[in-house]
Amino acid sequence: MHIAEGYLPPLHAAAWGAASAPFVIHGARALSREVKSHPESTLLLGASGAFTFVLSALKIPSVTGSCSHPTGTGLGAILFRPPAMAVLGTITLLFQALLLAHGGLTTLGANAFSMAIAGPWAGYAVYRLLRRLALPPMVCVFFGAFAADLSTYCVTSVQLALAFPDPSSGFAGALAKFGGIFAVTQIPLAVSEGLLTVLVMRLLSQSSTGELVRLGVLAPARPDSTEAVAR
Amino acid sequence: MSRNAKINTLLLAVVVALAALPVVLGMGDHKEEPFTGSDAQAQTAITENEPDYEPWFSPLYEPASGEIESALFALQAALGAGVLAYYFGLRRGRRQGEERAAAAAGASSGTPAE
Repeated sequence: MHIAEGYLPPLHAAAWGAASAPFVIHGARALSREVKSHPESTLLLGASGAFTFVLSALKIPSVTGSCSHPTGTGLGAILFRPPAMAVLGTITLLFQALLLAHGGLTTLGANAFSMAIAGPWAGYAVYRLLRRLALPPMVCVFFGAFAADLSTYCVTSVQLALAFPDPSSGFAGALAKFGGIFAVTQIPLAVSEGLLTVLVMRLLSQSSTGELVRLGVLAPARPDSTEAVAR
Repeated sequence: MSRNAKINTLLLAVVVALAALPVVLGMGDHKEEPFTGSDAQAQTAITENEPDYEPWFSPLYEPASGEIESALFALQAALGAGVLAYYFGLRRGRRQGEERAAAAAGASSGTPAE
């Protein structure tokens, strides 16, 4: 769930916009480089964006008695590195801000920073770290997507706590309050997103083996396997 | 069902259970209005922390009713699901086509046609 339109003071809105802009511009360059050097990856990029589109449209009940939605940014961050998601995530946010009055234009910078930048980077970092520890790829994918989802809403909580500190307990009190609303609600949803990302990655590893090997998600197939024959 | 399909089904079942259990167990019963959006709750919390805060910008377009809003959310999900389905369908078709071509080439000459 994003910060609603007009619900960040102008100064904060501008600051988050300024913080996000370089990431989105860099992401757009990285994306066009990727498409130019590997035209065949355009389809998979589209599929990663589509995954974010689906997941962020689904408002799901959670243990706190409120609803929130996953982000779907972990998949693309793992496949194409986080800069690609800075663009795809921002497009999703723009769609929701313009057509659904969900999130907003004045809060687009802040929401892009949490969902399209911080989330994908956190997820990617967790994924890389676990891969380095030689854990099974799908375990790494699960925790990567989980981290991307949950960290998005932790950042949202920080953003709101910075803008609206508690009158008596200050930033810390406000962080606990917004964290209770966003982050706790998000925990089961982050588990769901992790599982769904694993599901899609499993389907991809059957249908797009060559692509996943090139992107470094799967180890190159051994010459005796059927994949090598199909290529 | 193959082992693969079993694992995939299990993954989906857990996701469905995670979404359904809070409702089934009545975890929203302590609230006046159960299962509202967390963004609406954040707006309430903002007004608690800063009672005179007035949103200084309103959405350019706001769906006229909850029905229209849910239609647009469904449209968003449908667009995403459509592209995903197109991707997997295309991949599957290509793979089957390649296999068929390879089989045909193997049967006719023993060497790949390309």
